[in-house]
Amino acid sequence: MTKNLTEVTLTNGLKVLLKEIHTAPLISSWVWYRVGSKDEPSGRTGISHWCEHMQFKGTPKFPAASLDRDIARDGGMWNAFTFMDWTTYLETMPADKIGLGLRLEADRMVNSLFDEKEVASERTVVISEREGNENEPLFQLGEAIQNAAFRVHPYHHEVIGDLADLHSMTRDDLYAHYKTYYLPNNAVMGIAGDFKTAEMLGRIRELFEPIPAGPTPPRLGRPEPAPTGEHRLTVEGPGETTFIQVAYRAPAGDDPEFYPLTVLDSLLAGPSSLNIFGGGGLSNKTSRLYRALVDKELAVAVGGSAITTIDPFLYSTTITVHPSRKPEEALAAFDDEVKRIQDTVVPAEEIARAIKQARALFAYHSENITSQASWLGHAEMFASYDWFLTYLDKLAKVTPADLQKAAQKYLRAQNRVVGIYQPTGSGEAA
Amino acid sequence: MKSTRYTSPSGNPHSLPGSDDITRVVLPNGITVLVRANFNSPSVVLGGYLGCGSLFDPDEKLGLADFTSTALLRGTQTRDFQQIFDSLESAGASLSFSAGVHTAGFTGRSLSEDLPLLLDMLADALRRPIFPAEPVERLRAQFMSGLAQRAQDTAEMASITFDQIVYAGHPYARPDEGWPETIQAITRDDLAEFHRTHYGPRGMVLVMVGATDPKSALEGVTHALGDWTNPSQAEPPALPPLRPLAGVVTRKFKIAGKSQSDLVIGTAGPLRKDPEFMAASLGNSALGQFGLGGRIADVVREKSGLAYYAYSSLNAGIGPGSWDVSAGVNPANVQKARDLIFKEITRFVEKGVTADELADSQSNFIGRLPLSLESNAGVVNALLNIERYDLGLDYYRRYPDLVRAVTPEAILAATRKYLDPAHLAIAISGP
Repeated sequence: MTKNLTEVTLTNGLKVLLKEIHTAPLISSWVWYRVGSKDEPSGRTGISHWCEHMQFKGTPKFPAASLDRDIARDGGMWNAFTFMDWTTYLETMPADKIGLGLRLEADRMVNSLFDEKEVASERTVVISEREGNENEPLFQLGEAIQNAAFRVHPYHHEVIGDLADLHSMTRDDLYAHYKTYYLPNNAVMGIAGDFKTAEMLGRIRELFEPIPAGPTPPRLGRPEPAPTGEHRLTVEGPGETTFIQVAYRAPAGDDPEFYPLTVLDSLLAGPSSLNIFGGGGLSNKTSRLYRALVDKELAVAVGGSAITTIDPFLYSTTITVHPSRKPEEALAAFDDEVKRIQDTVVPAEEIARAIKQARALFAYHSENITSQASWLGHAEMFASYDWFLTYLDKLAKVTPADLQKAAQKYLRAQNRVVGIYQPTGSGEAA
Repeated sequence: MKSTRYTSPSGNPHSLPGSDDITRVVLPNGITVLVRANFNSPSVVLGGYLGCGSLFDPDEKLGLADFTSTALLRGTQTRDFQQIFDSLESAGASLSFSAGVHTAGFTGRSLSEDLPLLLDMLADALRRPIFPAEPVERLRAQFMSGLAQRAQDTAEMASITFDQIVYAGHPYARPDEGWPETIQAITRDDLAEFHRTHYGPRGMVLVMVGATDPKSALEGVTHALGDWTNPSQAEPPALPPLRPLAGVVTRKFKIAGKSQSDLVIGTAGPLRKDPEFMAASLGNSALGQFGLGGRIADVVREKSGLAYYAYSSLNAGIGPGSWDVSAGVNPANVQKARDLIFKEITRFVEKGVTADELADSQSNFIGRLPLSLESNAGVVNALLNIERYDLGLDYYRRYPDLVRAVTPEAILAATRKYLDPAHLAIAISGP
């Protein structure tokens, strides 16, 4: 997996990872900035995401409409994502057209306009995006759980930000955020696809090396104190479906204990991919929680989510409660399963099965150049690319004893927030 | 077509699928099999369909086709539910079924070493399901919960409401998943009977793409499904004609307590096989797809800041799928968004697209082919398209010429044939 990989840091501090893949005439290029909702103090929540939107509003050289047009004309795909720990921009283009994507990223690293009118128009777009999220019960529940789980650490707010801040932030706030964090020495570039490394590196040097470095921005990281006991909360909203989320404080992505945690997740709630597009498409009908909750008709669905983050975040399980059951019944069965995995050593074969599932997910992900390119920079955001390269080997080394230890350490009631979405019905009273 | 220096591992110098690297065989029992090798990654994707969709559903048991297809994996004569999924999930493989109006479809993937397992499971589910009582009841509860969640989803309910206006009196007016009362009315015997009279090899299509040589993949299919017969397999009913809209028809589906409303505006469009399809498709691109969403996104999102998403869709299929514009907006802005969208549709119908807009979309359609066909799943979809609409194995190689042949006049003619601002459906769902 390491073959064809080149890692270089330019004189201005921009880290570049290149991986040649010649299976299709495509190149996928990603620029990652070390800034996300984790860096937002109260009053500025949502600024990283809004700033990402403004990066599509043009520079003097690339006015907004022409950019979009040029990329689409070339049959390319571009997008951007803002997360708690990072913000990333990608272009996947036919191999002979990637120059446009590279020129654009170099240009908008420094020259975005943040035009006052565009800021005003985008304010309502972002608010509309938030309103769309608010329509979803699981967004409402997840937001309440993050609020309860993090009192001190900025993981306490959603990436989209709070409505109050979306109304009050100004063009100058956004521009200052952009100028503080969008620096070559605060970025990582990952490119995979059908190119020759020396040639690609030459183009990158030419386009990106003239961009001056700036003072390396500090990351906001107010450590969250250890939880002092279980929190329980209820969110009420329209509908007829009850959801439960159980969120345990989890290890950071580069913590050695993250590996046993992902195996625990696989055993409890089924295998899932850790890449930024998520999913993986495998069912979880033989997972322990599915058998205990869905087969026993206490729930109609269950799923788990372990996320690679810089600071300890949450391992959460979402349960869709069976229409004729009470959430307490489903929660009791959930707790029995957690107790079982803490008290009884897991057979080695069950771990081997989780490893095979992870290998299959890796094979599926390697069909796609965009997905392969994503890992180059993504892994750098919370660990290093080596984390990705050694991931399967590290998983394979997890022992039944490691698993039991992790279950006992992390899946404790004192370490969690339990949230219930309590539906108030579909009528006018909602 | 674009000539490239890329060599696919099967030895074919083209990067796009075509007659020289797709193996297509019709088995004596009527199953059409298409295979294309790709050894870039050690995995295989399969997909396919059978002609047993919700067209066969009685109104009072709407959702029967979908229920039946999902229940196929709940137990067979040789394996129970846990055994089926233990085999699949232990291998890191997946297999699932669902039904649309015309067909029931399946999709699966596995490491290439497990393709025999996947084919065996597919055949077992299709040929020997037993619809065991308890797992079927559990599945029913899952459907009921899904329908309760659907009733709270503004985008889903706007789309269902839209179909009820445009397709009044036509099977396309009915949601494939049914309604709570119709799902409750379906018995275990209904599922078994639906399977007995509608599932069979005639008209079935199976596509496999990935790290497998076509010969052994074909042998695998022949072994698993080659001797399947069903003399009772019914012919799908013909689609009735569509009644045109009497004017602009607006209907609202209220969902209390929501922060955002969804809006769908449009009408019925062409069939996939209609000669106007390509022109309509390029026109639709300019209207509400190109780049971040064509003219619609430019007006509704970029210029007015009214919505996070606003786009148009052309859903041509076996029958007259919809041609519509969708947007999610603040409930206070529904009228404003509706007016902007109406204005754009009217301008589109009156003046069509400019030569530049057409050139942009043509370039996009041709340029994006390698991206849409890079993964095994992307090629499976392409081959299913080829088979479903009888496009010919070299379709994706002829495609650039077909795209380039479309003129602004052809788009205007296609647009005027289907879209008329005086006859549109408007569906709104929100508080």
